[in-house]
Amino acid sequence: MSVRTDDTRQIAALARLSFSDDELRVLTGEMKAILDYMAHLSRVTLDGVEPAFSLLRCDNVFREDCVGEMLTPDDALSNAPDRHGDLFRVPAFLPKD
Amino acid sequence: MKLHELTFSEIRHGLSTGTFSAHDLVESALDRIESVDSSLNAFIRVRDRENALAEADEIDAVRVRGGKLGPLAGIPVAVKDNISTRGLGTTCASRILAGYDPPYDATAVERLRNAGAIVVGKTNLDEFAMGSSNENSAYGPVRNPWDSNRVPGGSSGGSAAAVAAGEAVLALGTDTGGSVRQPAGFCGIVGVKPSYGRVSRYGLVAFASSFDQIGTMSRDVEGAAEFLTAISGSDHRDATASDVDVQQYTSPVTGDLRGVRIGIPQESIGEGVDREIAEAVQGAADAMRSLGADVDTLSLEHSKYAIASYYLIADAEASSNLARYDGVKYGHRASGVGELDEIIAKTRSEGFGPEVKRRIMLGTYALAAGYYDDYYLRAQRVRSLIVDDFTRAFERFDAILTPTSPTPAFRLGEHVDDPLAMYLSDIFTVPANLAGIAALSMPCGLSGAGLPIGLQITVDRFVEPTMFRIAREYEAALDLRLRAPDVNGMGQCG
Repeated sequence: MSVRTDDTRQIAALARLSFSDDELRVLTGEMKAILDYMAHLSRVTLDGVEPAFSLLRCDNVFREDCVGEMLTPDDALSNAPDRHGDLFRVPAFLPKD
Repeated sequence: MKLHELTFSEIRHGLSTGTFSAHDLVESALDRIESVDSSLNAFIRVRDRENALAEADEIDAVRVRGGKLGPLAGIPVAVKDNISTRGLGTTCASRILAGYDPPYDATAVERLRNAGAIVVGKTNLDEFAMGSSNENSAYGPVRNPWDSNRVPGGSSGGSAAAVAAGEAVLALGTDTGGSVRQPAGFCGIVGVKPSYGRVSRYGLVAFASSFDQIGTMSRDVEGAAEFLTAISGSDHRDATASDVDVQQYTSPVTGDLRGVRIGIPQESIGEGVDREIAEAVQGAADAMRSLGADVDTLSLEHSKYAIASYYLIADAEASSNLARYDGVKYGHRASGVGELDEIIAKTRSEGFGPEVKRRIMLGTYALAAGYYDDYYLRAQRVRSLIVDDFTRAFERFDAILTPTSPTPAFRLGEHVDDPLAMYLSDIFTVPANLAGIAALSMPCGLSGAGLPIGLQITVDRFVEPTMFRIAREYEAALDLRLRAPDVNGMGQCG
């Protein structure tokens, strides 16, 4: 499958990354080379083979539903780029009207 | 013999007989960091000397009055900088986490402290553990203590170099596709990737959650085994940490491997592997045979698809895990833009390095509508076949021997312009991560150019005792006491 610069641009938007046109061109070439290599997986016969989403040989892990140790608000906010009291502050992103 | 040249076993003996103190050891490690780390760049941050020595003094005082001490009491330990340490920062070698100080310790860190170990600093890595050379760090590359023109491997390159150069006795690394074993192999030390679920991932900054495991590094098998015993076990803060009993992974050398069945995959000593590496692995197999082990060849039919399957799944998981870096709750936030979407994209584009962006892009691609079935889902189905290969192999064999890497440490810059060539160097390490089984790398000789060669011993899930038994007996039989050249006048091999 061939990757074009437009595909890369669309993927970048989904990944919340921005690139210059030059960067996109280089990245498209690199992704094409890597995905071409990955394409050899299409040679494997996979009839009846289920995906290995989890390697855990157990169904679930339960615990009592009770309050345990937790971070204080100050701990949780200690690395915030910006805060307002006990809240994370971000620039306004909703229209004013 | 200088303190920084001793192995864990020798150090533990010296501490118990009073030949030296925890204070002496911590001082020696910090002095060593001061004298060689400007050449190696293995550490991103070093612990405050006064605090570290005060911890050592407390341990010495307990020892003097005959009090009870943990199994790692007074041992200087380095911790990879993607494992959370409260008060000591955690950057993942990324600009996006510059200045981040986690509000809690990782479970593995809590446990090593409970065992009496003393953290001396946080080690350099490929950004977010994505890389095989430690060249993808916002803090600059780490150099191999055996040859300053060569990479230490990655992504736990700082941890491996620190242990090889005597800046720490033990180190924690993390292994998602070989990131403990490959640098251990390149730097001539022992590195363990435990079974998936053996060590809690709480506090390990997530890269690819179905592969990530914290592992141990040491100059001898005993140190790696004792360290793993100390940090293993279930954890209510990580549901994937298994409640399978933790065994004491250390035990005495017996000189006997009778009854142990060892398999060598034909593919691992053939085409694409340096001849001297294939010969060293054969030599290790011969040594094990003389200890009484049964050695035979086998085939892991689907291992040729492991790299493609691994990178598609790992990058898909990474693209999801790294979505959390949006500049809101912690880490870098871009300035000078208005819309939230723009802020997030600018924050991430300024904060992540090229390899991390490349992997997020590939992972997003593999998961995107229209590509999901052909890439991500197919890779997960191939993963099932790789798991099945191992299940069949472990019906016939107790352990599998391969090289850790197809070549010794490569030169700095050799693969930086060719990401795919870099990925292919992980050919022997990624299968264990895909299958969730345990594997260890240990030295098995030196190349003609004087570089360490790594031997990988792989066992089934939670069969670490067999892995350590084989490694311990082989280490004693080989009696290869590797010592990196004096780092101040670091060697440059051919």
